[in-house]
Amino acid sequence: MGKLAKSPWLLHYDGSSCNGCDIEVLACTTPVYDIERFGIINTGDPFQADILLITGGINSQSESVVKQIYSQMPNPKVVVAVGICACTGGIFKTCYNIKGGVDTVIPVDVYVPGCAARPQAIIDGVVQALALLEQKRADYAAQRRGVMQEGGIASGADQ
Amino acid sequence: MAKQSIVPFGPQHPVLPEPVHLDLVLEDEVVVGAVPSIGFVHRGLEKLVETKDFKNYVYIAERVCGICSFGHGMGYCEAIERVMNVEIPPRAKYLRTIWMEMSRVHSHLLWLGLLADALGFESLFMQSWRLREKILDVFDLMTGGRVIFSVNTPGGVLKDVDGDMLRQLLRTVDELQKELRPVADSFLREYTVGSRLHGLGVLGPEQAVELGAVGPMLRASGVRYDARQLGYAAYPELDFEPVVLTEGDSYARCELRLRELTQSFDLIRQAVGKLPEGPIAVPVKGNPDGEYFMRIEQPRGEAVYYVRANGTKFLDRFRLRTPTTSNIPPMLELLHGCQLADVALLILTIDPCISCTER
Amino acid sequence: MEPINEIIPIEMDQFLSTVIQFKMDKMRLVQICASRLPGQYELSYCFARDLDMWTLRLTVDENAPVPSITQMYPCAFLQENETAELFGVKIENIVNDYQNRLYRIDRETPFKEKG
Repeated sequence: MGKLAKSPWLLHYDGSSCNGCDIEVLACTTPVYDIERFGIINTGDPFQADILLITGGINSQSESVVKQIYSQMPNPKVVVAVGICACTGGIFKTCYNIKGGVDTVIPVDVYVPGCAARPQAIIDGVVQALALLEQKRADYAAQRRGVMQEGGIASGADQ
Repeated sequence: MAKQSIVPFGPQHPVLPEPVHLDLVLEDEVVVGAVPSIGFVHRGLEKLVETKDFKNYVYIAERVCGICSFGHGMGYCEAIERVMNVEIPPRAKYLRTIWMEMSRVHSHLLWLGLLADALGFESLFMQSWRLREKILDVFDLMTGGRVIFSVNTPGGVLKDVDGDMLRQLLRTVDELQKELRPVADSFLREYTVGSRLHGLGVLGPEQAVELGAVGPMLRASGVRYDARQLGYAAYPELDFEPVVLTEGDSYARCELRLRELTQSFDLIRQAVGKLPEGPIAVPVKGNPDGEYFMRIEQPRGEAVYYVRANGTKFLDRFRLRTPTTSNIPPMLELLHGCQLADVALLILTIDPCISCTER
Repeated sequence: MEPINEIIPIEMDQFLSTVIQFKMDKMRLVQICASRLPGQYELSYCFARDLDMWTLRLTVDENAPVPSITQMYPCAFLQENETAELFGVKIENIVNDYQNRLYRIDRETPFKEKG
């Protein structure tokens, strides 16, 4: 595993959830479940986060907030939708103010179903996200190398 | 007059697990005005009652909020039962009481943890949540769920308990009471906690009533009102006195919740001791017709459930006025004149539950 | 003794004076809610003192204006804004009027129609 996947930082946002999954996400960070054993730290700052955990479906008002938080996170980043509402809209899908799952607004990498999602399932989802994060980092690095090599040929011609 | 500036607070904020937004008007470091804007988690759940069978709506009602979920299911069912004149069996009443008090224990421990987190007291946060896991384990054992239980139904409850579960519950309560002592001492005696909480956000009794405060907010200001005295579930047969404190500051609200924890332990022990044998539900036939305003005491305060039925299986109207809706106006009052650094703490002392408020 | 929980139907011209009376009796505002009747709204204002609760029941036509009670009970502003936004009840002179921008939903007055 690379450096990033050994200590990823987690950001949690409540789309329009009932709190059930939110407190389970928080419960993951506390004793008994203790997600910190994977080197994961819960942060409140999107600019320093690698993994975005979203609970709940998206409504007309949280849409722009979710988009903004996502765009503030540095690349590479992974999104985990926690709970059935975040996956599809769930029991709230027919509500007048629910647009649907998180993937209606931003790309989602890992879906964790459940109402409410159990801490074990959330941790499993996050650990799967770590592998994806590592993959994305490698792709991103390769892409950067490609760009640099193109630049390298140009600088080689200068010599 | 100093120059005024506006600082946005939220919706994504490290201290708050839930999205709420405030525009704080500041003069230097002092807050002189606060305008709340809500709606980040508004889903429109009250509307679903028009398209869902009234028996199935219980599952929606308890998903209004994942922390107060048991109470919402119970409040809705009690309102329906009163409209339909259904008397539920005594065992169901006691089981509801036991689960309601367990919900209070888990909610208050959760709040204590969040308070410690807002103070930056990380180990105390971890300790409170460690204790909370114990009561969730018993919930898991008794109902099969950790935060959403789905055990209420109009006419009673859906799951029965056996002797092993009750023994496990009593063991856990004893354990919690013992282990809570050092945690409670840290909250009440620790100099660092006290210096942040003493005298912060004082709400007088007249002011509390005028602004419509409910629950621990109201009782910490010296008003003796606890909706459990209204006589629903098995509360009329249990012996308890509302906890009332008079200081009205953040420290009093913290102390009050700690004392309510002990009260809940006592109520659970009483209810388990008196738990009668018998059926856990009666069949509910026909459709409701009529209306009723039901009040129950949630961990955060009094909640109102209004049901209006028309004789079909779809209700005309379901209205839920949650404790936080009532506690936001007093909170705004407390914010006037406080320091910017105390804003998060003051918001937290009302124990806000935004998904309840916006439904 | 059972706590009081009764609904008192009231006419518009009596409404504000009764609310002022309740305020002077040091009652606590419990909740405000609207329900839909054909062409009309039914507004319920609950007030409580200790364990007893009284509900004022006001029936108004769909487009008729309703005075706000925020002059007497400033804490009513959230619930009045909500009623105005979700049902389209014409509540006038709310202190802190959000002008239908409290929840900022896409659909206008979703509770006005059934389903």
